[in-house]
Amino acid sequence: MNPISFLTQMIRIAIPYLFAASGGVVAERSGIVSLTLEGFMLSGAFAAVLGTNYSGSPWVGVLCGMVGGLIFALIHAVATIRYRADQVVVGVAINLLAIGVTRFFLKLFFASSSNSPRITGFGGNINAAGFDNPLLWMGIVVAPLVAFVVYKTPFGLRVRAAGEHPDAAESVGVSVKRVRYAAVAISGILAALGGVYLALDQHQFTDQMTAGRGFIAISAVIFGRWDPIRAALACLLFAAAETLQIQLQGSHAIPSQFIEMIPYALTIIALAGVVGRAVPPAALGRAQG
Amino acid sequence: MSAATQPIGVKPTTAGTPWRERAEEALIPPFVALLVALICGDLLILSYGQSPAAVYRLLLEGTWGNAYGFGQVLYKATTLAFTGLAVSFGLRAGLFNIGGESQLAAGGFAAALTGLVLPAATPLALALPLCMLAAGLAGGVVGSVPAYLKTRFGAHEVIVTIMLNFIVLALLNWFIAGHLHVPETLHTPEIQAGVLPRLSDIDSRFHGSAANLALVVAVVVAVAVWFYLFRGRGGYELRAVGLQPDAAEYGGISVGRVWMRALTFSGVIAGIGGINYVLGYKHYYEDGFASGAGFLGIAVALVGRNHPFGVLLAAFFFATLSQGGLAIHAFVPKQMMDVLQGVVIIAVAMSVPEVTRILRSARRRSDA
Repeated sequence: MNPISFLTQMIRIAIPYLFAASGGVVAERSGIVSLTLEGFMLSGAFAAVLGTNYSGSPWVGVLCGMVGGLIFALIHAVATIRYRADQVVVGVAINLLAIGVTRFFLKLFFASSSNSPRITGFGGNINAAGFDNPLLWMGIVVAPLVAFVVYKTPFGLRVRAAGEHPDAAESVGVSVKRVRYAAVAISGILAALGGVYLALDQHQFTDQMTAGRGFIAISAVIFGRWDPIRAALACLLFAAAETLQIQLQGSHAIPSQFIEMIPYALTIIALAGVVGRAVPPAALGRAQG
Repeated sequence: MSAATQPIGVKPTTAGTPWRERAEEALIPPFVALLVALICGDLLILSYGQSPAAVYRLLLEGTWGNAYGFGQVLYKATTLAFTGLAVSFGLRAGLFNIGGESQLAAGGFAAALTGLVLPAATPLALALPLCMLAAGLAGGVVGSVPAYLKTRFGAHEVIVTIMLNFIVLALLNWFIAGHLHVPETLHTPEIQAGVLPRLSDIDSRFHGSAANLALVVAVVVAVAVWFYLFRGRGGYELRAVGLQPDAAEYGGISVGRVWMRALTFSGVIAGIGGINYVLGYKHYYEDGFASGAGFLGIAVALVGRNHPFGVLLAAFFFATLSQGGLAIHAFVPKQMMDVLQGVVIIAVAMSVPEVTRILRSARRRSDA
């Protein structure tokens, strides 16, 4: 096994996770459950393909993808923050809605129930192995950036306060609702970028193309104990397992299904506290005001 | 002050008939959601350049308008009734079982194995209970994992059940793909015992539809759940824990034991649902047969307002949507129904707290 090809493949697999998990950390630290990442990614992927297809420019696609994720994030935010709807229920519904909306529009715009036509993407230089894609570099810096925002800026402090001690935050004049709106919007845009990367990388949209990646991202958030850097490391770990599975294919050393289980099993182990307990933000999932 | 932060034990109002208030709070949100869904449906149909009235007529004709369509609705409603009852059973104890997907699959798998192992001559009166037992056991085992982790370590059941979905489905895929499948397929051989009669065996007009005796089992389970929840001590404890775990604990109820029971039995109910597809329709377990039904169970429980009989109605509603998609597909893509499912769930989830708040403040005003 070539270590360079292993590493590059691992990074390419990790990019969607890195975007989505970074978004998930922001939303969950503000107190909003992030079961929605899968839906945000899917809507971002579709909107990016739509934008790229009609403009011919992947940058327009990136912008459209961000808007697509933002729209779904705002639906989630209005339902859970303004209307105090149950965050888990709406989260599940957002995912179902994203599947439905992308399917319906796939039919409407591209007259297909499975995939869009081929679109242009970034880069394409064979020798660059995908590293001539600007989104890939954005994905690499997103976690440190989110860590900086969460720990070193006033906004980050408010996000953490909204998730841990919302009443205390309110008492010093912070609008918890407004902070949470912003956090969910950011999570929508970031997770959508993960979907955008996926769609542009594969040069098309296919039905349910995110295939559970949003849930792997949630696993990374929890396994990383709601810390942006540790969540990013978890993304890399999960991506490494996947790369291993791909590179071992054909050798039948370990059935692929068991490698697939790794992120989920690790998350359960982390939650059960076998090796240092994962404790969520205190006000996670609770409506405010 | 909003309804949710009301001091415990202070009734918002004492005037009026309580059952009427409860009925209002339970029934208005689904109707609001239906209205929102109809409006969204209109927009989607118009975006496709079709007439909403014509499409809705087609939808009704294709679902409730003929015996085959109605049979298909009943078949789809059966699985949804099981997963919906499973979710609502957990929610009564304040727990969210999102594992319906894998519990249903595990149940179907166990039912198929039992049907395969039993001799072909086994009478249905013996084979059905055995298959149900196996299915319920399998679902219960899957359900007991989050239950144990919740009780023992405080691990949140939402995340554990989601993660367990992926693990169990991967495990079943490994069993099927690696060991038990008919070559070139992803399903087991056909079962020999436990095949359920279809409705078409009783009334030939249902010919071709997959509706089968599992429908009756679903209704019986709904009645049993109702009886347990509202007529027994166990159900009383379960509901008490769901409303106020701390108060229930103070009142001498072991919250951990109730959690254990609620999630395990939630898994049992979802697991038994596997018989609809395996014993009633295809007569084998196929990889991915449960896909989507577990998640829709959450929608069914929500719209059914967590009442066993409401769940049956809601299952019927969502099954109509799903079958209706096929009926209108020539004019508007059936994917429209996937959109409407999501819309209905979000609309109900949004209107439940809002409607309750508005109703209660209106009652307070009329009291004053």
